[in-house]
Amino acid sequence: MINRLLAFIGRHLDRQLLVLVTILLAIGLLVLFSASGANAERTGAHAINIGIALTIMWIAANIPLYHLANVALPLYLVGLLLLIAVELVGLEVNGAQRWLNLGFTRIQPSELMKIAVPMMLAWYFDRYEAVLRFRNFVTATILVVVPVLLIARQPDLGTALLVAAAGFSVLFLAGLSVRLLVGTVVAGVAALPFLWDSLHEYQKQRVLTLLDPTQDPLGAGYHTIQSAIAMGSGGILGKGWLNGTQSQLEFLPERSTDFIFAVYGEEFGLLGNLVLIVLFALLITRGLVISANAPTMFSRLLAGGVTLTFFTYVFVNMGMVGGLLPVVGVPLPLISYGGTALVTLLFGVGLLMSIRANRRLVQT
Amino acid sequence: MRRSVELRDHQRELHLFQLRLAVVAAVVAVTFLVLLSRLFYLQVIQHDYYQLLAEQNRVNIVPVVPHRGLILDRNGVTLASNYAAYTLEITPSQVDDLNGVIQELSTLVEITPKDLRRFEKLLKEEPDFSSIPIRTRLNDEEVARFAVNRYRIPGVQINARLFRHYPNKEVASHVVGYIGRMSEADFVKLQEQGFAYNYTKSDYIGKVGLEQYYEQVLRGVTGYEHVETDANGHSIRTLRSILPVSGNNLLLAIDVRLQQIAEAAFGDYRGSMVAIEPDTGGVLALVSRPGFDPNRFVEGIDPEHWAALNDSPDHPLNNRALKGVYPPGSTFKPFMALAGLELGKTTPGYSISDPGYFLLGGSGHVFRDWKAGGHGVVDLHKAIVESCDTYFYGLAQDLGIDMIHDFISQFGLGQRTGIDIAGEVGGLLPSRQWKKRRFEQRWFVGDTISVGIGQGYNLATPLQLASATAILANGGRIFRPHVVQHIQDSHTNELETIEPYPISEVPLQPRHFDLVRDAMVDVTRPGGTAAWAGWGAKYKFAGKTGTAQVIGLKGQEYDEDAIDERHRDHALFIAFAPAEAPRIALAIVVENGGHGSTTAAPIARKVIDYYLLGIEPKDPAPQRRAEEAEDD
Repeated sequence: MINRLLAFIGRHLDRQLLVLVTILLAIGLLVLFSASGANAERTGAHAINIGIALTIMWIAANIPLYHLANVALPLYLVGLLLLIAVELVGLEVNGAQRWLNLGFTRIQPSELMKIAVPMMLAWYFDRYEAVLRFRNFVTATILVVVPVLLIARQPDLGTALLVAAAGFSVLFLAGLSVRLLVGTVVAGVAALPFLWDSLHEYQKQRVLTLLDPTQDPLGAGYHTIQSAIAMGSGGILGKGWLNGTQSQLEFLPERSTDFIFAVYGEEFGLLGNLVLIVLFALLITRGLVISANAPTMFSRLLAGGVTLTFFTYVFVNMGMVGGLLPVVGVPLPLISYGGTALVTLLFGVGLLMSIRANRRLVQT
Repeated sequence: MRRSVELRDHQRELHLFQLRLAVVAAVVAVTFLVLLSRLFYLQVIQHDYYQLLAEQNRVNIVPVVPHRGLILDRNGVTLASNYAAYTLEITPSQVDDLNGVIQELSTLVEITPKDLRRFEKLLKEEPDFSSIPIRTRLNDEEVARFAVNRYRIPGVQINARLFRHYPNKEVASHVVGYIGRMSEADFVKLQEQGFAYNYTKSDYIGKVGLEQYYEQVLRGVTGYEHVETDANGHSIRTLRSILPVSGNNLLLAIDVRLQQIAEAAFGDYRGSMVAIEPDTGGVLALVSRPGFDPNRFVEGIDPEHWAALNDSPDHPLNNRALKGVYPPGSTFKPFMALAGLELGKTTPGYSISDPGYFLLGGSGHVFRDWKAGGHGVVDLHKAIVESCDTYFYGLAQDLGIDMIHDFISQFGLGQRTGIDIAGEVGGLLPSRQWKKRRFEQRWFVGDTISVGIGQGYNLATPLQLASATAILANGGRIFRPHVVQHIQDSHTNELETIEPYPISEVPLQPRHFDLVRDAMVDVTRPGGTAAWAGWGAKYKFAGKTGTAQVIGLKGQEYDEDAIDERHRDHALFIAFAPAEAPRIALAIVVENGGHGSTTAAPIARKVIDYYLLGIEPKDPAPQRRAEEAEDD
């Protein structure tokens, strides 16, 4: 009986992904406990988040592939409408208009787009699989750029970046011509000065701060400097769990969310970082393998897009904490505190599992 | 239709897709390697640097002020001690709305207008980042009330601080002095002396008196605590502490009871008294009236009191014993007598017939004796006992200014004594060279005549007079006057004694000394100028009265009652006792006290009666004539 129940639950769950996700989530709880100052309440709340997110992962893993393909367009359109609604009647919190008040709850439509955009593009390319032309890529680019701009206007640079990464990775995997790619990059570089002007003052400050964090050590540079101190003082072996002075004495800002990697790096050192990066690399590799073996264009592209979004999360967050990238609000996947991003991420992992499972079904 | 196309395209697309996937995998791999090398750079290559920064982040080095040494009198009575008290302090740099915060605080603890004024004064003087006390000596209830509400008021904290306490208040205030918050000038001075390492800018430092002179002895060595501090500045724990070394105690030669009696004996009069132990040079009492309460300065004096002290016509902050200069008047005469005898310009048997004035040969200038009609036939003994001016006018002329200056300067008049309190002035023992330098004028014989009775250019501090009297009492042995007798090591309790070795000696023939001493004893006996003060003394009481003119009265008769109180003469008295083996020598100046015998000598009697016999004074202190005092 129990065996049958377990079999039912585990039916569509990819074992490798499940193991990696579990280890990462466990590390996350451990670091969060330390980062929150041994706050069991907060850690417990996160554990509940994890439970919810895992359930959603399980549901995603059990959605048949053809259903997914069918909901791609409606999901994208709903997401887009919600983004426009945010633009018009959104709730302003801390100077950013990201939320939509539905009366009983608040939702963040941009989070939905992290999945909806790659899904939409995968569906779009799958539909025109036979005759991919230049104009298809133009259309696809517009499909990506519109939501990205809407999100960037909120402003939410982190999410815009992630949605853009999701969309463009699908574009790239779908076979966007190299010439076009180069052209886009050149155009992008040319547009930089204009883009610079359109940035908010605090965003400009973050970029400038990256170049020289010491120019404003108590303001914009504070995050960068303190996280570098945390990371650097951790050394090879780290200061030990619960012993990081930068985090325990609250010098590190955002230490349980966006800068949790600094807490981890301070307490577990370079060795711990190596372990963490290997785990992430394995998870991403698994995602790419699933993508490579997926049965349809749609599933390939979706798996690739989801995996690369995950990678972008990891890279942008670690790059930010390590002082390679400007400070952008991107959490470290599966480790940072916070329910919304976790749900989206594990939903993505669930999609990968579904794609994996469906491949097997097709073959047998 | 679509199916056939799809089959071919499917292969091509798959191939392309897998190629792209390989590129992506390579990009992922390279990115992770870049990340790892960045982390390697931070955590291995730059580790030491960041380790240091992390330490600096969390470890705050807090200076621990050492216990300041105590000041005790010769019998162990405390003159300066320390007490710990809670102070409520504001760090202005951490506060946006200072007035709002003060308003808020005043609902929790009582803040008087006086506290506010002191705070505002300190606010102007101190840098913003220092912590400035708004209330001192909080009681437990106030501390508790603030502690409950402190989260609402950032930038305000309660600190336990050591305060200096002067339990005797005004008594010996000019000797002990006081400490106060260090000024910029104080700090610069410490830097020059090389002691700045031992201080922080918010420290207290001795400003006046022994507190200032013995600052480095009393101070001790500042300790340090390495305190782990979080990002909000809260102390978590002490990691390491270097204990402060307490300052050493000062054991004084001063006898506080003697000091009290002397101060009380002055009553309302302004003036000064210095009493010295002739055998050691130890200062038994050093009085400057009026005094002040040094406790007011410890917590930062409020501007109102400061102005009151500073602007008072009585100059209570001025240490008259060291800084007040007065013509010695007739107290100069015993020294003149010794000069005449030693230098062979007079003999014990030589006498004059005093007509009540002295006619300076050649110039026709007349110098009047204080006693109209004169003292009759006067020898040296009688000249001292009755304070005959005419005798000393003649003697001065016979000696000449050079001899007078050279002989009497051996007693230290007109020079700093080198006492262990800063701010002493030199006074003036006039000489030919001095007049040339000062006025570019040659010395006239007429100048010498008034010098002979301690007037003219003569100026001495009460301390100099007391020291000279001690030398006289000692038969010529000179000791540097010193207030501190022993320095007691705070740890070993060992005493370091200020050695009473004589510095040098004034060569005096015993018979000359005996004559002057006997005459001074007779001063306090019937027939002497201080007979009233000396009446009934159970010891041999050697003294000499003196009067110093405040304003010159040309041709007028001096009528004490008719002139302005502040223009009245200063009364002086020097004394030592017991005459045959002196244990105490002193000099007294009572400003505007009239004649030495009426105001100054009784003070000496009370002081010596107590010191030699332990007799507590019974009669009330002399009062200034109040109704006249109010006129000025």
